[in-house]
Amino acid sequence: MASTDTDTGAGPQAPETSRTPEQPATSDPARTQTGKPDAAADLAGLEAGLDALDTRTATRPPLGQVLRRKVVPPVVAIALVLGLWQLAFSLRLKPSYQLPGPLMVWDALAEEWYKGTILSIIWQSVSRGALGFVVALVLGTCLGLLVAQFRPVRAAIGPILSGLQSLPSVAWVPAAIIWFGLTDATIYAVVLLGAVPSIANGLVAGVDQIQPLHLRAGRVIGATGLRGVRHVLLPGALPGYISGLKQGWAFSWRSLMAAELIATSPELGAGLGQLLETGRAYQDMPLVLGAILLILLVGIGIELLIFAPVERRVLRHRGLLTTAH
Amino acid sequence: MTTTLTTQTTSKTPKAQPSPASAPGAGVKDARPAMDEAGYAARIEHVSKSFGRAGAEQLVLDDINLDVAPGEFVTLLGASGCGKSTLLNLVAGLDKTSAGSIDVPGGRPSLMFQEHALFPWLTAGRNIELALKLRGVPKPERRAEAERLLELVRLTGAHRKRVHELSGGMRQRVALARALAQDSQLLLMDEPFAALDAITRDVLHEELTRIWSETNVSVLFVTHNVREAVRLAQRVVLLSSRPGRVAHEWNVDIPHPRRIEDSEVANLSVEITEELRGEIRRHGQH
Repeated sequence: MASTDTDTGAGPQAPETSRTPEQPATSDPARTQTGKPDAAADLAGLEAGLDALDTRTATRPPLGQVLRRKVVPPVVAIALVLGLWQLAFSLRLKPSYQLPGPLMVWDALAEEWYKGTILSIIWQSVSRGALGFVVALVLGTCLGLLVAQFRPVRAAIGPILSGLQSLPSVAWVPAAIIWFGLTDATIYAVVLLGAVPSIANGLVAGVDQIQPLHLRAGRVIGATGLRGVRHVLLPGALPGYISGLKQGWAFSWRSLMAAELIATSPELGAGLGQLLETGRAYQDMPLVLGAILLILLVGIGIELLIFAPVERRVLRHRGLLTTAH
Repeated sequence: MTTTLTTQTTSKTPKAQPSPASAPGAGVKDARPAMDEAGYAARIEHVSKSFGRAGAEQLVLDDINLDVAPGEFVTLLGASGCGKSTLLNLVAGLDKTSAGSIDVPGGRPSLMFQEHALFPWLTAGRNIELALKLRGVPKPERRAEAERLLELVRLTGAHRKRVHELSGGMRQRVALARALAQDSQLLLMDEPFAALDAITRDVLHEELTRIWSETNVSVLFVTHNVREAVRLAQRVVLLSSRPGRVAHEWNVDIPHPRRIEDSEVANLSVEITEELRGEIRRHGQH
């Protein structure tokens, strides 16, 4: 009575042994007389076809295109700004002791360079910034994990931590000078107070952005407790964490400049902030502008050389980076 | 033709077991003896679950009794609000029962979700290797074992692929491989193919049936799709809604290989759908 269904014909003519996956993916000859395709061969071919149809291959744009789209526009913008600056200088909109031309600034920087002090000044600031940032990284990460993971801690200090971000860290400078005097401790205290909240907040935001599904999946495969933190929580929070680090660096660099600018004393090594203050004291506008440019360049350089590549790499791996078209 | 059999009792008739082609996870501690001794892969006894504040609780599952035999494929079918996903979470240990007990002698079950739930910060292969690592597989063996599992789901060579580079069907296959990497004797599946297009879903039904017969894993598969339930299962369990109770059970004796368009699948689906509609209709009557 079952044999009336010739079109489906599920029956004993298709034994289990014919369904081994090792069979090559042949197409039509694999069909049996009943019209039902041989399962293994047909399935493998079908699946390969579906995979091929559905897979999007991401291609990286050629180098020429990258240069044209990413490098040329900022170069043109900088040239334009320099041109306008030079124009304003040439038209004498302001006396030259107030608005020096680009070449005068360049000469001022060249003079510092020939004095042989400029590299040590930059290094002084960068090494202070880097050391402060590393300490802030450790403190901020611990603090961020505590706030993200423990509800009472979050309730207690979460709002304070976000509030601290909007407090300009230069406001701490007078307090730090009273506490620590004109020492390196003052500078580091200001840098830490500026950077730690950003890093901690970034980590908290990153943890909050983890999909609940990933946390559940982690628990199902056995990533609980510390192993959950290590294998799910931290990698899951990485995008938010990295933007926190970027902001943390920007805040430490800013705070450092504020601290160096205000806390100047012979005992403290000279950094870029002190260079700026020296320029102001001597009414040396080319030097002031040169110092500002250097501060800007160091900030941009570290962002471009360290943070941007790391962030791009993380986002690209997760498919979160849309390639610019 | 009467290949189907309608029962309302919780019969635990062992089915003709599909021949296991290979034992999974060779060389790692085997949870099978515990399960063989118990005689079931999962036993759900008088399980109830309610949500909400004390005093204003909502009963989601009411006195569920269900056994999954070793190597059996059971589908849990029900309309929305029947608590089928809740039941699966309880079996997976992601949530606690309000009453009753759940025994899974083969250790922590693996669970597949409707979304692939793969970690986007790892490659396809690393996702599988992480599950192996957390299971305690020593490092030198992980790579080869991950390759073997990828081969099992027919994704040879996809080890280094990023999750976002894979299609929806491929992601679910990697997720299946990761679930199998846990080497659990019980695989829980929560509508794993619901978000896929019909062609891909059809292909994955075949894949799942093949892998199930090759690994001899027990499967508890939740779905709201009657045809899917009949296509895959040895036994279909219908849950009523609000609260979820076991309303009916059907043993599916349609021989493999099955197709979702087979007339036997269709016939039984019609019968089950009628029952399901009756269950849903009851909610509009008071």
